[in-house]
Amino acid sequence: MSADSIRVTLPATRDNLSALEAGQPVLLSGIVYTARDATHASIAGALEAAGALPFELAGQALFYAGPTPPAAGRPIGSVGPTTAKRMDAWTPALLDAGITATIGKGARSEAVREACVRTGAVYFAAVGGSAALLATHVLTAETVAWPELGTEALVRMELIDFPAFVAIDAAGRDLYAMAPAEWKVAR
Amino acid sequence: MPRVEAIALAVEAAVAEAAVTLRPDVLSAMRAALGKESSERGRAVLGQLLENAQIASRDAVPLCQDTGTVWVWVELGAQECLPSDLHAAIDAAVARAYRENALRMSVVRDALFDRTNTGDNTPAFVDITLRPGSGATVHVMLKGGGSDNASLVAMLDPSAGEDGVVETVVRAVEAKASGACPPLVIGVGVGGTFDSVAKLAKKALLIPLDERTPEKRRRALEDRLLTAVNATGIGPAGLGGLTTALGVRVVSAPCHIAALPVAVNLGCSALRTVTVEVG
Repeated sequence: MSADSIRVTLPATRDNLSALEAGQPVLLSGIVYTARDATHASIAGALEAAGALPFELAGQALFYAGPTPPAAGRPIGSVGPTTAKRMDAWTPALLDAGITATIGKGARSEAVREACVRTGAVYFAAVGGSAALLATHVLTAETVAWPELGTEALVRMELIDFPAFVAIDAAGRDLYAMAPAEWKVAR
Repeated sequence: MPRVEAIALAVEAAVAEAAVTLRPDVLSAMRAALGKESSERGRAVLGQLLENAQIASRDAVPLCQDTGTVWVWVELGAQECLPSDLHAAIDAAVARAYRENALRMSVVRDALFDRTNTGDNTPAFVDITLRPGSGATVHVMLKGGGSDNASLVAMLDPSAGEDGVVETVVRAVEAKASGACPPLVIGVGVGGTFDSVAKLAKKALLIPLDERTPEKRRRALEDRLLTAVNATGIGPAGLGGLTTALGVRVVSAPCHIAALPVAVNLGCSALRTVTVEVG
């Protein structure tokens, strides 16, 4: 990770996040909650039933990930981002309800990009396939809800200097659209 | 020798090895790509993936948290007689390997009607074919969801030819590669039938990147596909650069006079396959 990485503490306020620009390397430290497909369905169900996010998730960051069990003396063996696109159907509603940051991999829908602008939220991209390395940046992992979902349970993780990139910033700039255009070679 | 047990033990060991070990030819190709990548972000990603491979191997932890579904292809010598259920033995081996190596359980009971986790990463997805002789060749692949989701089958008109194959592969990559963990290894199947072409693409992922076919036209098509895919600019992790794929392998087969089936199976940067001979 390059020396000019920007340190970001999570949970972050929208004011903290507004200075970030798509493409910047970042080091994330602090609290995130893992949530992938089945977790999103459960969170969305709770949001619809109660009118608010469960487990005081408002203001927090969601990490799209399903870790492996503990190993090598660490709270989890390996953990890295899963494809964010599969969460796109739920994300605008979750950002409107108070989620301020998401961490995953891959391009997202226009509706998610618009929701980031509307709510001042940021989408971070971590490097898929680097889960053994990323797990060394996880200090603690504690299951908060839905343990019956196995790897899809809602897990509170504390990160330290977890490497990522700003993929969609609060102004709506989208690295997944910008970067290939910059490097595309005429055929 | 009881072949069922030997094959099951081979599967168990292969799962454990594949989960934590980057294939040597993929590792070499990734190192070479780092030397050629012009994008600073792309180099940072490739560096992170190489460091990841070291940590996984040193600490015996999975390269990727998605330790996949297990795909097993058993090429069985026709002289062998299998007295018991090979499918059940392979599933038992997979369950043991996932439990004992702290791998992730990523299989649900039914795609649509019961998405509860089976809890032991079974069933494995097993293909058994016969070949002359004795013994067995056992291929094991741990296939991640992100890259399998980005794969496709297309039934082209024969007139589409090689251009159509190139277009189909580039379309698949441009549509979904950013979520498939590039740099990719791309398996392309051409020919057969609607159902069998996907298997050709998956089997193409088993061919080492440092091994080239002597067939000139096939080699030229693989080179053309790699150039076309890398021209997309998608780059390492989809964050821009010259290395969208490390290699492309094409397996082709006979087909109907009316058909040109094409399948594209994307392999992620943590392509995990192991092949073992069972004597």
